[in-house]
Amino acid sequence: MPNYLVQFNNISKFFGKVIALKDVTMKLKKGEIMCLLGDNGAGKSTLIKTLAGVHRPDEGEIIVEGKKTIFDSPKDALDMGIATVYQDLALVSLMSVTRNFFMGREPMKGPPFFKTFDIEKANKIAAERMGQIGIDVRDPSQAVGTMSGGERQCLAISRAIYFGAKVLVLDEPTSALGVHQASVVLKYIVKAASQGLAVILITHNVHHAYPVGNSFTVLNRGKSLGTYEKKNISREKLLSMMAGGEELNKLEVELQEMNRKN
Amino acid sequence: MSTKSKSIETKTDFNQDERLKKVSKLRILLNRPELGALGGAILVFIFFGIVAGDTGMFSAYGVLNFLDVSANLGIIAIAAAMLMIGGEFDLSIGSMIGFAGICIAIPAIYWGWPLWMSIIFAFSMAVLVGYFNGILVVRTGLPSFIVTLAMLFILRGATLALTRLITGRTQVPGLRVLIEDDPLAWIFATDTFKWVFTWLGSMNLIALRTDGTPLATGIPPSVIWFIALAIITTWILMKTRYGNWIFASGGDKNGANNVGVPVGRVKISLFIGTAVAATIFATIQVLDAGSADTMRGTLKELEAIAAAVVGGCLLTGGYGSAIGAAFGALIFGTVSMGIFYTDVDTDWFKVFLGAMMLIAVIFNNYIRRKVTESK
Repeated sequence: MPNYLVQFNNISKFFGKVIALKDVTMKLKKGEIMCLLGDNGAGKSTLIKTLAGVHRPDEGEIIVEGKKTIFDSPKDALDMGIATVYQDLALVSLMSVTRNFFMGREPMKGPPFFKTFDIEKANKIAAERMGQIGIDVRDPSQAVGTMSGGERQCLAISRAIYFGAKVLVLDEPTSALGVHQASVVLKYIVKAASQGLAVILITHNVHHAYPVGNSFTVLNRGKSLGTYEKKNISREKLLSMMAGGEELNKLEVELQEMNRKN
Repeated sequence: MSTKSKSIETKTDFNQDERLKKVSKLRILLNRPELGALGGAILVFIFFGIVAGDTGMFSAYGVLNFLDVSANLGIIAIAAAMLMIGGEFDLSIGSMIGFAGICIAIPAIYWGWPLWMSIIFAFSMAVLVGYFNGILVVRTGLPSFIVTLAMLFILRGATLALTRLITGRTQVPGLRVLIEDDPLAWIFATDTFKWVFTWLGSMNLIALRTDGTPLATGIPPSVIWFIALAIITTWILMKTRYGNWIFASGGDKNGANNVGVPVGRVKISLFIGTAVAATIFATIQVLDAGSADTMRGTLKELEAIAAAVVGGCLLTGGYGSAIGAAFGALIFGTVSMGIFYTDVDTDWFKVFLGAMMLIAVIFNNYIRRKVTESK
């Protein structure tokens, strides 16, 4: 039995009559990147929220480091080391890099009742952490709004790691980015995994997922179409599994029809 | 497993982007929210220095006069600014001033309470009103503009109705005699640094009355409160965890919530802050005038918000400064008093106030774009 860091076994989630998720199983080892692929409406958002502790699964179990657990709130998930970086990144663009990095978890100094936000220490850590991933924040008091999309994504991931994430759940980290920025973010994700984190990368972009993923779970209409190791599946096969295959074929036929009429 | 490798070059090339300009220290300073208000205040002083320099405006008496007006507005403007940074409005500040006034006057005059107890009562009511405003906004998710607009009418109406019901009139005079020997009232009613003015008078450096005492007797309590509040709130915003939470709550409510900032509690505390500031304003005024009036504080909420906006607060929250609001109040106070010393008809003051605010909003908008624009 391999030593899994986190297991989600047969997770189901219902909203009234709607079956949002049915029997989804995912297992992750340390250092592994599992890509969760699915088209819009496949149930990705529901699954993320279940992983993050926002929703409680109606069926199935979550096992973290061998212990069966229940997440009652996002905080529970966070305390167990499962950190979710949402698409909105939880960054405030008008606030500085440092203030964002430590938002809600500010380092303090000084005597009781007169504790102040240790901004020098925070600046130092933030600059150091961003430097490690190759982002030279010339001034950690600059507003996050001045950073590029890739830099913001890296900041959000870096923050999650700094505050003790063992499992990173990344929601479409590359969807809003250009080719170059996306590759920078993906490189950073690989680096994070190589340092022993488990990463669940949620995306609908196979071209971003395939180069970095170790295994792939395809989600379609709330059900898992199975988990495949990289050596057992090709990029094309994944693409066609994501509901896209059939429909893309149909589209091609339709386009041909249209051309003929013209 | 092949992609997972330690050999990946992690040094990415964000920092080698040749399109990046060096940011000068001046630009950093220009990005401070209070800069516009500071510049505005300096311009106002230069203007009146030229136009009214030889009138009494810059005598000790004149200076204290416009400082007093500025300070009164500043007390509520600072609280309004804190709330705006936290992403909300409070339109009930003005009504709260009137309400707090009669909360002091009626128990003290009609029910025979000692003054200090009436003052504590007024502040307790302020905490309740602020808490109610806050919990309503946080729980319902309705815009605070609407919720506090409703509170504006409710409080003003209740103030008028209750006062007439209990006293049969709309003014409650007779408080001045109660101030003396009260253990609490002096905090809101005492001129300070009197010895400085006595000394300046004895040196013939400032104007004297015919009996030899100086015309300006001391720093009014409003000025001390104003300065203290400006320092404390600036310290909170810049140096404390709570300050960071205020920016975060106003900047992105959901984001802040997701990383563990107690957004609801922060907002409620800021609503309590504006109501308490309104009560400080009311207490100082009531004790100074010796009477409470149900119409006191009318339109003050808009002046407070205007001063906060001139001070660099964004209407959308997450950006601004307390010290900026203080400068904003100083501008308004100085102009409203200074205009008496010029040939300009005082009717033009409101025109100035509106124009100033318009310029400030356009300027702030520009700054916000500068701060948040991507590379």
